Amino acid sequence: MQNHPVYSDNDPQNELSTLNLGPTHPATHGVFQNVLQLDGERIVSGVSTIGYIHRAFEKIAEHRPFYQITPLTDRLNYCSSPINNMGWHMTVEKLLGIETPKRVDYLRIIVMELARISDHIICNGVLGVDTGAFTGFLYMMEYREAIYEIYEEVCGSRLTTNIGRIGGFERNFNAIAFSKLRKFLKEFPPVLKEFESLFNRNRIFVDRTKGVAEVTAEAALSYSWSGPLLRAAGVDYDVRAMNPYSSYEDFDFEVPVGENGDVYSRFLVRNEEMKQSLRLIEQALVKLEKEPTDIFHADVPEFYLPPKEEVYNNMEALIYHFKIVMGEVPTPATEVYHSVEGANGELGFYLVNDGGRAPYRLHFRRPSFINYQMYAPMSRGMLLSDAIINMSSLNVIAGELDA
Amino acid sequence: MGKITNEELLKNINTKFEGQLTLVGEPFGLLTLETGREQIIDILTYLKTDLSLQFIYLTDITAIHYPEQEKPIGVIYHLHSLINNVRIRIKVFLPDGDFHIPTATTVWDGANWMERETYDYFGVIFDGHPDLRRILNVDDMTAFPMRKEFPLEDPNRVDKKDYFFGR
Amino acid sequence: MSDIQIVGAPAGVEGAGFFATSLDKAVGLARANSLWPLPFATSCCGIEFMATMASHYDLSRFGAERLSFSPRQADLLMVMGTIAKKMGPVLRQVYLQMAEPRWVMAVGACASSGGIFDTYSVLQGIDEIIPVDVYVPGCPPRPEAIIDGFINIQKLVKTESLRRRNEPEYQKLLASYGIQ
Ligand code: SF4
Repeated sequence: MQNHPVYSDNDPQNELSTLNLGPTHPATHGVFQNVLQLDGERIVSGVSTIGYIHRAFEKIAEHRPFYQITPLTDRLNYCSSPINNMGWHMTVEKLLGIETPKRVDYLRIIVMELARISDHIICNGVLGVDTGAFTGFLYMMEYREAIYEIYEEVCGSRLTTNIGRIGGFERNFNAIAFSKLRKFLKEFPPVLKEFESLFNRNRIFVDRTKGVAEVTAEAALSYSWSGPLLRAAGVDYDVRAMNPYSSYEDFDFEVPVGENGDVYSRFLVRNEEMKQSLRLIEQALVKLEKEPTDIFHADVPEFYLPPKEEVYNNMEALIYHFKIVMGEVPTPATEVYHSVEGANGELGFYLVNDGGRAPYRLHFRRPSFINYQMYAPMSRGMLLSDAIINMSSLNVIAGELDA
Repeated sequence: MGKITNEELLKNINTKFEGQLTLVGEPFGLLTLETGREQIIDILTYLKTDLSLQFIYLTDITAIHYPEQEKPIGVIYHLHSLINNVRIRIKVFLPDGDFHIPTATTVWDGANWMERETYDYFGVIFDGHPDLRRILNVDDMTAFPMRKEFPLEDPNRVDKKDYFFGR
Repeated sequence: MSDIQIVGAPAGVEGAGFFATSLDKAVGLARANSLWPLPFATSCCGIEFMATMASHYDLSRFGAERLSFSPRQADLLMVMGTIAKKMGPVLRQVYLQMAEPRWVMAVGACASSGGIFDTYSVLQGIDEIIPVDVYVPGCPPRPEAIIDGFINIQKLVKTESLRRRNEPEYQKLLASYGIQ
């Protein structure tokens, strides 16, 4: 870009140097390898290599019954596992034609929006760290712990949550979960505000991020970007608004859109999305008051695993348990594509079923994988330090990248 | 929901590509068509550029393997028209031993890695692709792991003898 | 009064104006309380490590304040996350680059045994390519568990003889991995 010195052809300074960034470089926050050709500090070209934690999810999925695939989805985008879990459950429910009660939908929205917040906390916090501000990260991480505590009340686990079952939740939310949620809703907004006031007009931060890695809407669409990145580039595509699932249509929320797709507007979009998520959770809590409090799953005994005590003490439950575990309930032989708005973009599940207990083929449309492919082409001409910041604002999660 | 219905969509495509597409069905409201590899790029380009359709968003490219079929490998495209909010799925089946199909990178830049992944998993060769290498698996792998005959578990494991499990 | 506690002195002989102990113990004490970990975080477990490092759990309390991203200066290799076969050689290279004394901690089911991924592409436990001192179970282990694993490493470091790395047993172990 500006101030780029022009060398003559036989100038020894004209030589390019090769830099191998990754796969275990601390600045990459994950296992990404980029071999960059550098002219001084400016990137001339780059080649990305991925697959360093390829775990063969799609192959495993062909060998597992539907309810055992949930733990796999946890490990896709592990910063926001519940969204993946719910997306998978909803895909199967769509396939099987299961209607979930409204209360389940609202509870799901609470969990999914919490997950979105926790994902954005990490992304924006780490972006701060990469520009040299550690404070914001530490402030925000504290509240990610608060979110994890809510998960723990709901499902017993922190990171790889495995929340829910096909048809709903494994158990009802308890009172502590709600009180922790209310506490979070009260305490987090001021911290978010403080976080914003630390960064939004911070001279160093703005100088490092504004105008860096600008992406036009056309380029973003051509590379099939989705999620906050696409919205930062000015396209208001949000699966929640466009193809509402899990009763998102009952809610009132906005889809924040950025202007020029640079790192700064991605940061702002993510912050704004956290606020919208808080709004959604608050609305869901109000709506929940009107719902009967004891419903937490759809009434589909052929697919919803009964609680263990029931299995031991009740004949019918035992039979259903047996049928589900042995995969003896017929399922429709058809194909279904369902997508949810993951924290990084459109997370899609393409499921081809042949009526057996395991999918015939399951393909994950993984937003990180698709978003990351623009990284090497867009790095051309960038400063190395800008490319690092660009990478952290893409929020590529290795698990989702490599599947 | 969508501004154009599946019937209108089908009619529109059929008037342009008479007899080159067959309707597979509409599972869960998603129009699914099948076509051949000769015209796939024309169809994709038309879908993307036609002003009333505008399928500008390539959601996904993947493949599927049916070993017992005469044409065992199917490449599957998911497109999304953001303006009309309607999706379409197009399948192309490839004959055994000749897994070639023209690349869609000429239409969307984003098709690049999706096709590399499909190549890596299934061995589908996208003719004209700028950089068709393995992407997820190690470079020196010779098999294509998502084909049905490939085992899930590593066959070279030594610590998993049947007698440990009473088998 | 600050409530910071100073680590206790090892067993030794104490008298007026002097304190004598064996060099092993003194060095072990120093090493154990200033371990520099190299976080080799590949996937989900790495996120839990992030939580372990951050304010809530704070691994720095155990003397591991300074993360060393360069293998040359690291004492402890913490492998967190799935190691695919593609990553295996990289991990081994990092281990080889570390100087003695070095310890290895396998955090999580994946690093210990391959975890839920019994597939063609995943290494079934890092102990197939490098020796491991402490395994931490869990998928992912809670931060408390990671800290527990760390304390166990500290115990090892404290009680280890200075010359363990020269012992024939250890040499044999390394040789079995093809490491000189
Ligand atoms: S042990 Fe579990 S949480 Fe840890 S890397 Fe493996 S799958 Fe992820």
